[in-house]
Formats: sequence, structure tokens, C-alpha cells
Amino acid sequence: MLSTGWGITLKLHNDELIKKLNLTAVKIRRHIIEMLYKAKSGHPGGSLSAVDAIVTLYFYHMRHNAKKPDDLDRDRFILSKGHAAPTLYAVLAECGYFDVKELKRLREINCMLQGHPVCQHIPGIEASTGSLGHGLSFANGVALAGKLDKKEYNVYVMLGDGETDEGQIWEAAAAASHYKLNNLTGLLDRNFLQIDGNTEDVLRLESVRERWSSFGWNVIEIDGHDIQQIIDALHEADERENQPTMIILITVKGKGVSFMENNVDFHGVPPNELEYKLAIRELDTLQRKLEGI
Amino acid sequence: MSKVMENPRSAYGETLVELGKKYPNLVVLDADLSKSTKTIMFAKRYPDRFFEMGIAEANMISTAAGLASCGKISFASTFAVFATGRVYDQIRMDIAYSNANVKIFATHGGISVGKDGASHQMIEDIALMRVLPNMVVFAPSDATQTRRIVERMATKYGPMYARVGRASAPLIYKKDDLKDIKIGKGITTKDGDDISIIACGTMVDYALDTRKLLSKEGIKARVIDMHTIKPIDKKLVLKCAKETNAMLTAEEHSVIGGLGSAVSEILAEKGCSCKFRRMGIQDMFCESGEPKDLFAKYGLSAYHIAKTAKELLK
Ligand SMILES: Cc1ncc(C[n+]2csc(CCOP(=O)(O)OP(=O)(O)O)c2C)c(N)n1
Ligand SMILES: [Mg+2]
Repeated sequence: MLSTGWGITLKLHNDELIKKLNLTAVKIRRHIIEMLYKAKSGHPGGSLSAVDAIVTLYFYHMRHNAKKPDDLDRDRFILSKGHAAPTLYAVLAECGYFDVKELKRLREINCMLQGHPVCQHIPGIEASTGSLGHGLSFANGVALAGKLDKKEYNVYVMLGDGETDEGQIWEAAAAASHYKLNNLTGLLDRNFLQIDGNTEDVLRLESVRERWSSFGWNVIEIDGHDIQQIIDALHEADERENQPTMIILITVKGKGVSFMENNVDFHGVPPNELEYKLAIRELDTLQRKLEGI
Repeated sequence: MSKVMENPRSAYGETLVELGKKYPNLVVLDADLSKSTKTIMFAKRYPDRFFEMGIAEANMISTAAGLASCGKISFASTFAVFATGRVYDQIRMDIAYSNANVKIFATHGGISVGKDGASHQMIEDIALMRVLPNMVVFAPSDATQTRRIVERMATKYGPMYARVGRASAPLIYKKDDLKDIKIGKGITTKDGDDISIIACGTMVDYALDTRKLLSKEGIKARVIDMHTIKPIDKKLVLKCAKETNAMLTAEEHSVIGGLGSAVSEILAEKGCSCKFRRMGIQDMFCESGEPKDLFAKYGLSAYHIAKTAKELLK
């Protein structure tokens, strides 16, 4: 497994690294399907679209240590679109923040993993989310504290595209550029779907790029499932001076499971038994392909 | 005998469609949850009078007030957690203070939301809405009552809030019952003279189950369906205090600020010394889980209510 310690301790050839991260992403997708099937509830679509970016952050880019989740110098990740909790839980478990066995008890009574992230009870969770629209403001606060305390850490926050309907997002967008929060990077999961349908039919968002740049942000648009592009964008964001960066991840809701892809019906409905088996089979095939078997 | 179930959310959607025909000035707003709140039924029938606001609840509430200021009957819907706390100042200024004809109909109230967890289990909404001047507050107990209350909301002027749960609920009343239900008038659903259980929303059915449990032990419980929490039926509360030896309130809500508080305020001010307990969520956030398990863990099952009733009557 790649290091989840400070920086990248494994000196891998680039192709090796990308392959490892892609394989980790498949593993996380399998966890998500298994968790939601077992919990008989939850949100597959937005969990699957978010996988590649979150995997790249935790297994490659961020400085963090599962043994010291409260380390004051750690980079922070905030999942503003809290309904993608399964992705974050699976990544945290694989990093060693808690036992992978906990994943099977997602959403059960008397268990740790709540339907949406709770910072108090789950190691590695930075912010309690689930009510959309708060995360960017929270991340601003963490970034401001970093500046005040002269810390080197970076703050990463993932937003849903539908989530940016919320006015609070734009209040936060203004504040982040006003305070020149270059230690803050947003990741927008641009999968073009929310619950009632396509984002452009529900409440038009385009032009997303111009919106963020007109609010004073550095904007990078990439394929949100291309690990190399995610790595490059994160590096570029960290280098930026005087400005926060928004990485627009062009993604596919339900990515990795053919019948969930771009299918709004899988926003908040878990797979049934047949769908579960099909999904796992597809992910197995994907894994073999990546391994070159 | 198994209970006949119907989802109050569907009853809401169907009633909106009927009312839409009758009232051409009725408009509906939703915030990216129309499939869950069932306003989608209205959206399909009357697309011109339905406004999809996206995930932007504050904007939805103030827009609904603007529409109402021009003579529209505005219904705005989303989950209870986003329909109240998140937009409190918008409701306070644009609806309550302005005495606007806006009807907030919230679904997914209470802990029966289940597995989504405490972030989505709204147990403070009744309290929040109850303290607002001008605001009328409802918690209908089944699909039939939901239909009648939504009709009343459309026909009577003023700010109103109603909340139902997520799950299908046992039908307590027949489809055409409750023709003369009145805002602010509680219903004596079952009579009894040992103890009164005053309940609202989902807890009315639990109170009826409690009554059965108690009757096996020779205790006769009266069940009051207090569908309107504000204005509350003071007379009925005082009558129960006089006629039964003890009183319980039951709500899928915090014991602070909701039905239990409303009833205890009446009792205290009248100097009633009847034995009294509030059943509800005891000032805490709950957790993810199956609704029935949550009801058991947090003390809202019929078994728990019956146990508390017996202790009170000791
Ligand atoms: C304030 C708020 N309003 C409504 C919801 C209900 N809700 C949960 S997910 C969702 C859609 C989110 O769409 P998007 O942000 O695009 O997420 P993704 O497509 O990545 O799942 C909605 C409306 C919520 N969680 N919070
Ligand atoms: Mg989306």
C-alpha cells in the first residue's frame, strides 16, 4: 500500500504509482458497493464519482498520518457533500484510521459510521456534514486558522455541483478570495446530476468556470477520473499564491458501475441483490484489466 | 390484524394536485427534493405553477413569500431539517413577521428518517416554528389527516407549518373521515379515564398501541390526537387533566419546545397538579439505524410509553 504518512515515501516509477492509485480506487468502489448493499440505503452515485479525487488526496497528495489524526500540522480534507460519506469512510479505513470491518456496519444502530460524517465520533473526519452548503465556509475557517497560526498545512474541500446552488457557497467563495486563501483548494464534483435531474435543468450552473473565476478563484478544469490530471492539478493548486484554487473535476455520477453511470435513479438508492452482484463483477473485471491479467 | 399503511407524503402530493385544480392561484416550490416530498405530482400536472428552486432553501422561502404577497397561496416543501432551522430568519422576516400566506410543508421530520442519521433527523422543528408569532403548527398523524390538514392550510389565510415523517404510516382514520376537522381542535381518538396520552404525528399510532398494552393490565387510556400544536387546544388539555389521573405527551421531537412543552405550559399556568410526563427525545442527538430500533433505544416505543404510564399511575 502507498504511504499514508507524511508525503510519498514510496519512490515509485510514475506509471507504477498511477496504476497503484487506480487499483486503490477500484478497491474503494468495491467497498462502497458492499457497504451500501449491506446498509440497504445510502448514495451510490455521488460516492462513486468522488472516488478518484479522494483516493489521490489521501494515498498520494496529502500529508497526514492515520496514527495521529489530531496532528496540528496535517493537511485537512472536508467532505462538504456529506452524502458521499461511504467514499471517505472506505478511504479512511484503508489508510488505517479505523478497522476496515467497521465499513460493514455503516448506518447500523450502535455503530460508529453514521449515514453522514460526524467529526466527534469518527477518527479522521474533520467536519460534520450532510446539510449541503456549509463545507466551504468551514474550510475557509480552517484555512484562516492556518494562516493565523503560521502553519504550512493545506485545506481541501469537496463540493457537489448541485450543492453550489446554495447561496452560502457563494458567500464562502467571496470570502476565500477576499482573504487570499491560497492554502485552500476546492474540488468540485461536476457530474451534472443532482436529485431532481440534470443540474442545468434544475437550476442552471453554467458557466461554472467563469463563475468561480469571477469570484477571484484560480480555476483548473480536468477529467476527474484521470489520476495523473488530478495529481498535476493538486500540485498546481498548492503552488498558487494569493488565491484559492477550484479544481473542476468533470466526472460521471455512478462511475465504475455501468448501469449506475449518469443514472439519476442511483443518487440515493442502494443496489439490490442482482445489481450488487453485477456491480461487483464489473469491478472485478476492471481490476483484472488494470492488473493486466 | 395488520395495519393498513399509507404514506402521508403521497397524500400531500395528491391533495396538492386536487387543490391546484380548485385554486388557480396555488403555487408550489421545492428545493431538489420533489421526488421525496411528492410535490413532483403537482409539478407534472401544473408545470407553470411549480418552481424548482434547486438546493437553495433560503431563496425558496423568501421567493414563496414574494409570490404570496401577490395573492398566491404558496406551498414550499423540503425535508423538515432544511425547511426550518436552515432558513429560520427567512421564515421569521418574510413569512411570520410579514404574516404571509405561505405554507411550509415539511417531510422527513423526526427520528424515523432512520439511517441517514442525526444530521437529517429533525427533532427541533416544532419548537422553532412554535415560537414564531403568527405561525400555525401541525403534525398530522396519518395520510387521511394529512389530506384534511393540507386542505385547511390552503383555505385559511396565514403562515403555517406542517411536518410529516418519511415512512408510510398506519391509517388511523378512514379515507373520508375527519370531514370536520378544525385547526386548533384536538381529536379524542379513543376514550379512557385512567390516563390521557396526548400525541401528535407518528406518535398517535404508538399511543394507540400503548392503549392496547395498558388495557391488558386493566388501565384505560385516552388517546388525544393533537394535530395542531399551535394554537393548541387548551380546553381539551384541561379537560383531560380534570378527567384522568395522569397525563403523558408523546412526540417524535425533542421534549424541549414541542408538544410536551406546550401542554406543560397550560398545566402549570392553570395550577394543575396532575401527574405528568413528556415522552420524546431527551435533549440529545440520536443516530443512524432502523426506525423501530431507534424508537426502542430512545424510549418512544409503545412498550416504553406503557411502562412510563404505569409508573405514573403507581
Ligand atoms: C441543505 C440540503 N438540502 C437538501 C439536501 C438533500 N440532498 C442530499 S444530496 C442532494 C443532491 C446533491 O447533488 P450534488 O451536490 O450534485 O451531489 P452529487 O451529484 O455529487 O451526489 C440533495 C438535494 C441536503 N442534504 N442538504
Ligand atoms: Mg452532482
